Amino acid sequence: MADQVVLLDFWPSPFGMRVRIALAEKGVQYEYKEEDLRNKSPLLLQSNPVHKKIPVLIHNGKAVSESLIAVQYIDEVWKDKAPLLPSDPHLRAQARFWADYVDTKMYEIGRKVWTTKGEEQDVAKKEFLECISVLEGELGDKPYFGGKTFGFVDMALIPFYTWFSVYEKFGNFSVEAEHPKFIAWAKRCLEKESVSKSIPDRQKVYDFVLEMRKKLGVE
Amino acid sequence: MAITDSDVKVLGMWPSPFVMRARISLNLKSVDYEFLQETFGSKSQLLLQSNPVHKKVPVLIHRDKPICESLVIVEYIDEVWASGPSILPSKPYDRATARFWAAYVSEKWYPSLKGIGAAQEEEAKKAAVEQVDEGLALLEEAYEKSSKGKDFFGGDEIGYLDIAFGCFLGWLRVIEKLNGVKLLDQTKTPGLVNWADKFCAHTAVKDVMPETDKLAEIAKILAAKLRGAAAPPK
Repeated sequence: MADQVVLLDFWPSPFGMRVRIALAEKGVQYEYKEEDLRNKSPLLLQSNPVHKKIPVLIHNGKAVSESLIAVQYIDEVWKDKAPLLPSDPHLRAQARFWADYVDTKMYEIGRKVWTTKGEEQDVAKKEFLECISVLEGELGDKPYFGGKTFGFVDMALIPFYTWFSVYEKFGNFSVEAEHPKFIAWAKRCLEKESVSKSIPDRQKVYDFVLEMRKKLGVE
Repeated sequence: MAITDSDVKVLGMWPSPFVMRARISLNLKSVDYEFLQETFGSKSQLLLQSNPVHKKVPVLIHRDKPICESLVIVEYIDEVWASGPSILPSKPYDRATARFWAAYVSEKWYPSLKGIGAAQEEEAKKAAVEQVDEGLALLEEAYEKSSKGKDFFGGDEIGYLDIAFGCFLGWLRVIEKLNGVKLLDQTKTPGLVNWADKFCAHTAVKDVMPETDKLAEIAKILAAKLRGAAAPPK
């Protein structure tokens, strides 16, 4: 029985990237549909009527919204290959906790770093670097947050690395200077094919943001 | 017959709906636990040690290892005490649906509920009530789909979404009472009205669901303390 898998997505979205990586880890064939967020497709509005947001995973006609929920769904359906969560309940709880931490911090703080100026931006930069510090602490000496293998937390976090050029250039700071260990982890993740083929180049993301700012007349 | 596991503690506060999620889940699994209450306005050493990242309740401490974030705790309880009644549904799509609505209730609906209490003038209150009503309409629909004619989102027995959403019923009733509004309504949300009664009467819930009057007292103290200041505690 052939599975029909569709992903409604927007290429620079870190949330969309998570789902792409999960599907790649499991070797699942899927149809990628790029959404124009200023002109959302009827399929998107139908599939995620509550939030009207990407990513949405549609598996045999049934829609799953919210990136980490979709990643867990993928892990549970295609359970015979490349487990994304550990099997031990305590380690699973830790993975869920840290993925939730990434969810509640990275996007909002990162966004403030590149969309604000002056004191607000300074506060955001400080918070951002604190966040990276905390994550580095959790990573410790492990190659991945998942331990020896790439897992749920790595997947939740690595997409934001594609936005680092944006944060760094508009925020005028360098993450590598303060947190080389974190950058080493990011580069290690990028060596995985499932990651590198699922996420865009950092320069491409930066160019996209630059163009968006020009269009919005921000500068 | 209660299971006495080696060491189960819940750090929390009785008015917190998030803490309630952990307690209901443990009750469902018949797991005995020690409930360590935090004092209002201060955080214990144990809390700061166990949840250094967020410094918030609830924290579940099992065999000296802390687990934080209420929904993470619920899933942990479900997985560790696997022989008890299941909290998450068994099919991946149903699990995804339950998780989706639990996230919606926590991240969107509950803040809108608190918005009613926080509203200073009539206009703002009306708008807040409308938002909550819209959310309840969505949840009524989700309830119809999920319960399939049974009492709970989880079917015959309470499950993940019942716990994730039901924990807010105490505060919902307080807000109804203190603001003179009717949120759960027989004409608009008949399914949820029935569900709310059944949920609150459930053996795993009734002893941990605070009485409306006691919560109302807390609400008044909080409102006095936090007037104009930061958000109410989670």
